[in-house]
Amino acid sequence: MPVIDRVTFEELKQMSGADFINELIDAFLDDAPNMISQMQIALVAKDVESFRRNAHSLKSNANTFGALELGMLARELEYMGRENNLDIGDRLEVLNEAFERVAEGLKEMRA
Amino acid sequence: MKSRQEPGHLLVVDDNRVNRILLARGLEGHGHQVETAENGKQALEKLRADSFDLVLLDIEMPEMNGYQVLEICLQDPELRDIPIIMTSSLDEVDSVVKCIELGAEDYLNKPINPILLRARVNASLEKKHLRDEQRKLFRTFATKEVADELLKTGFSLGGEYVNASVMFVDIRSFTSIVEKQEPAETIELLNNYFALMFEAVTGHYGTVNQLEGDGLMAIFGAPIHHEGHREDAVRAALEMIELLEGFNVERSAQDKVQIEIGIGIATGRVIAGYTGTQYRATYTCVGDTVNLAARIENHTKVADRPILIDQYTCEGLPGDIKAEALGPILFKGKQQPIHIFAVKIYS
Repeated sequence: MPVIDRVTFEELKQMSGADFINELIDAFLDDAPNMISQMQIALVAKDVESFRRNAHSLKSNANTFGALELGMLARELEYMGRENNLDIGDRLEVLNEAFERVAEGLKEMRA
Repeated sequence: MKSRQEPGHLLVVDDNRVNRILLARGLEGHGHQVETAENGKQALEKLRADSFDLVLLDIEMPEMNGYQVLEICLQDPELRDIPIIMTSSLDEVDSVVKCIELGAEDYLNKPINPILLRARVNASLEKKHLRDEQRKLFRTFATKEVADELLKTGFSLGGEYVNASVMFVDIRSFTSIVEKQEPAETIELLNNYFALMFEAVTGHYGTVNQLEGDGLMAIFGAPIHHEGHREDAVRAALEMIELLEGFNVERSAQDKVQIEIGIGIATGRVIAGYTGTQYRATYTCVGDTVNLAARIENHTKVADRPILIDQYTCEGLPGDIKAEALGPILFKGKQQPIHIFAVKIYS
């Protein structure tokens, strides 16, 4: 699976306008680490709702950029949160690593 | 599909910054003026402070979610006409169904497809524009209550049988009046005259549905059915005569020709519905009762009485309105003679 799906990314560029794709990438690279750390905090505090919501936001953004793997991982965590299950094993670390790859990929695509 | 490219004033509501930027830039790229809100509370503040043509509303938001914003908007008479497109992730299909059932205009799945975005936004703006036009039209021809009711219940374009009172009003000897004065004077006369007649009709829950030359047709008891439409129609006619007296006093003071009118009212079953095109539609009614009302109005000249009504209308009047039976009249095109009554004018 490619880190970033080209078709989705091109559609995104078409929608935002090529001039604004960098603004979008910057917003994502800025916000996503915060979502991941909010999930970490929620996990410790056992705040299921905050955990689920941040996973949801991350999933939504990942899918917007065509970061399909990251999107799937975030979705899985969102669903676990929805079912009040915070027994997530090492999934958050796996997600963080996936995000690092996406961040690299997006930095390269930044015009 | 034809799509209007007229720009709209749009509000994008999403707690997620990437989504806000994406939608705002995308829609600005289509020429729209876009504002954003980060949560439901901010969205409602913006909606109440300014006028918007369309809202794109995220379902999943902290504190006040999309459902809550949607429900508040739909319950607020000032906000309920703004179309709302819900935005949501594909795996929230149940939520989307819920929103549509609650009254959202449409929905868009995230990640948002640019072609669908454009199509749905244009379609919603088109519908909004049409509703605004209909509202203007109804506000002109009907009472605020009738207009609001129609806008609330939606427009049933199909025809239906309704029991209603139909009124025709005409200015006597209008042609000879026109010949004696300047064209501008005639138009001014008509505008002042119609303003009074509209007031009498809408003041008694009627709807003016046709104007032709100096003639006016109005309907009582439809499109919104209410009991007592026979009385309403006759009281409207009496008010017309009263208003016209004042009008004539003013005209005679200005040394202008005074006018007289004839009013005919018939009650019965009519076929009513909206006719026209999506750009120009009117509530109209047809049928024997309409035809009869027109004939009765025409008969006012012969009978030399300003208000004539049929028997069924007469039977619906309370005791304080007096009517005199003029006997049966055989109208052109009718098989049976019709009993006609002249309504007594208060002095």
